[in-house]
Amino acid sequence: MSASVAAAGEAPAAARRRPRVPHLVRFLAKRLAVTVGLLWGVTVVTFALVHVVPGDSATANLSEQALNDPALVAAYRARWGLDQPVYVQYLRYLWNLLHGDLGTSQQTGKPVLSDLAHYVPATMELAVPSMVLALLIGTAVGMLAAVRHGRATDQVVRVGSLLGLSTPPFWLSLVVLYQFFYLLGVSPSGGRLSTDFSPPPTVTGMYTVDSALAGQWAEWWDAVQHLVLPVLVLTCLTVATLIRFVRSAMLEVLSTDYIKAAHAKGLPGFTVLRRHLLRAGLVPVITVSGLAFAALLSGTVLVENIFGWPGIGQYAYRSATALDLPSILGVSLFVALVYTVVNLIVDLVYGLIDPRIRLS
Amino acid sequence: MLLATEGLTITLPGGVPVVHDVSLEVGAGEIVGVAGESGSGKSLTAQALLNLLPAGSTVDGAARFDGKDLLGLDRRGWQSVRGAGISMVFQDPTAALHPMLSVGTQLTEHMRRHLGLSRRAARARAVELLDQVRIPDPERTLRSYPHQFSGGMRQRVAIAIALAARPKLLIADEPTTALDVTVQAGILALLSRLRDETGLSVLFITHDLGVLSALTARTYVFYAGRVLETGPTPAVLSTPRHPYTAALLGARPHGATGTGALQPIPGSPVIPGAAPPGCPFEPRCSYAVDACRTAPPELARTGPDRYAACPVAPELEVSA
Repeated sequence: MSASVAAAGEAPAAARRRPRVPHLVRFLAKRLAVTVGLLWGVTVVTFALVHVVPGDSATANLSEQALNDPALVAAYRARWGLDQPVYVQYLRYLWNLLHGDLGTSQQTGKPVLSDLAHYVPATMELAVPSMVLALLIGTAVGMLAAVRHGRATDQVVRVGSLLGLSTPPFWLSLVVLYQFFYLLGVSPSGGRLSTDFSPPPTVTGMYTVDSALAGQWAEWWDAVQHLVLPVLVLTCLTVATLIRFVRSAMLEVLSTDYIKAAHAKGLPGFTVLRRHLLRAGLVPVITVSGLAFAALLSGTVLVENIFGWPGIGQYAYRSATALDLPSILGVSLFVALVYTVVNLIVDLVYGLIDPRIRLS
Repeated sequence: MLLATEGLTITLPGGVPVVHDVSLEVGAGEIVGVAGESGSGKSLTAQALLNLLPAGSTVDGAARFDGKDLLGLDRRGWQSVRGAGISMVFQDPTAALHPMLSVGTQLTEHMRRHLGLSRRAARARAVELLDQVRIPDPERTLRSYPHQFSGGMRQRVAIAIALAARPKLLIADEPTTALDVTVQAGILALLSRLRDETGLSVLFITHDLGVLSALTARTYVFYAGRVLETGPTPAVLSTPRHPYTAALLGARPHGATGTGALQPIPGSPVIPGAAPPGCPFEPRCSYAVDACRTAPPELARTGPDRYAACPVAPELEVSA
């Protein structure tokens, strides 16, 4: 205590510099606490929902013959702890969770954690390129429409994005499969790799990255070809919303005095767009991109099922239909974690480009 | 003349005529005032001089600046006039400064382009400029952002930005309206000093007649998109020859009545596109004669260097 007082008295310069770093640290600590609370809430809600649903894990998983044997059903229930009261099941789950054990999937019979490690990279391989593409295209096209406000380009973009917005992803998936696989034969029908190839040695779990790391370029090309259609569908799903949002955000910025002032300085139009318009217009876009990524992840459930893509979406779908509680909980926790991480990134980027936030 | 417009007529998209037949002149090193109520077309005239009107607007007539025909300029021509020939200070500095770009960036980006300066030379000139507009600690200011300054300081920064590429004419569109009265006096003194030091010409737009007498040599009085009276500022303000100017002066607080009571102008301003066929002020004017109702009166000489668009041009006195 006395030592710290003395130190503070001796080093006023350090004391003045202090608020900078701890500010970010305090912010991150607060976020971490919120995240832990959120994840706990997710376990409660998911547990409650699964037990409220009129259905039974035993009936969902056992064959009809097995269901006729009360001893077998009882054994099944005892095996998964379903014979215990709900609060005991919950506390037991929470206890295991605190020890890093997410339980065992009733579907695959493997630990949920290793299932997630297997399926998550597959989904990321779809979601990340889709999100990056959607952001690039959405920003460019939305900005173009705003700059050409009211002219033909703007009209085409508006009608196009409305079409994209009202196209159901499952329908689009089927159409592109029909077109590029069935009619043209230029694309594989689904899955992550053709049957002639075996998966590359696992490093990240993403086949395109792993095969490139291993120098297996034939596998790499095959994996890329398998990615094209599902990524296309997911990009379309996300880009329409982004275009509309970027357009209206940019239109608002275009009407401000500081854009007028930038033109009045004699800057070339492109410089005004790149330096003045883009920077200001991106702030709301970054905020909404967190939500867009969440929407994209939920879109993977349908897309993965149609394209036979063994990702988290397909895993979630199968677990839900089988009332496989540990898997459902695992997926829920994972998705909640992704949400909080994405929102954290959004807030950090926000502070990075807007000095009013960074300096306050 | 540095700037001379003749018969400038502006039509906004949708075909609404908002400015009619405006001829104004600004000489080198001269501070010229443009006075009028909001909606009188004074800001639109200024924006036309920088090609900043909304897309789809049309500008007719003639505008010559520094030997160039402004209305015949292409995109590149405008880029070289804007900032380096004519620059602009806006009403609200908070809205006119980019919130996410540092003062240094906003101060040097066009300077480097127009003057061909290196990054270092531009920064040196930026420090000089901030010093010139009396901003303390210029080095630190360059790294700061607009939100870190008060309104008055922001307007000083905006003026420094407007002057950065050495323009010959500065258009100041109500630059003190959004500021406190005490801060306002500082900005006016700054503009006047800059004119004395650098020979800058200023077109000063305001609705505040008190500001005009403090700063400008000549004044144009705008109403409904027309110039109704022009002449040396002291003469126009003390012995107006157009009933509208007199009414405007009477409507000023602590004005002509001497009682301090506010004297509103009867009737309401003209709605663009629904102007009467004659003088736009005729419906509100107690001096109106038949000639006022048929066609808008032309500006006619009423004294040395003085013109009023009024066939009556009564001798009016404003007792301060």
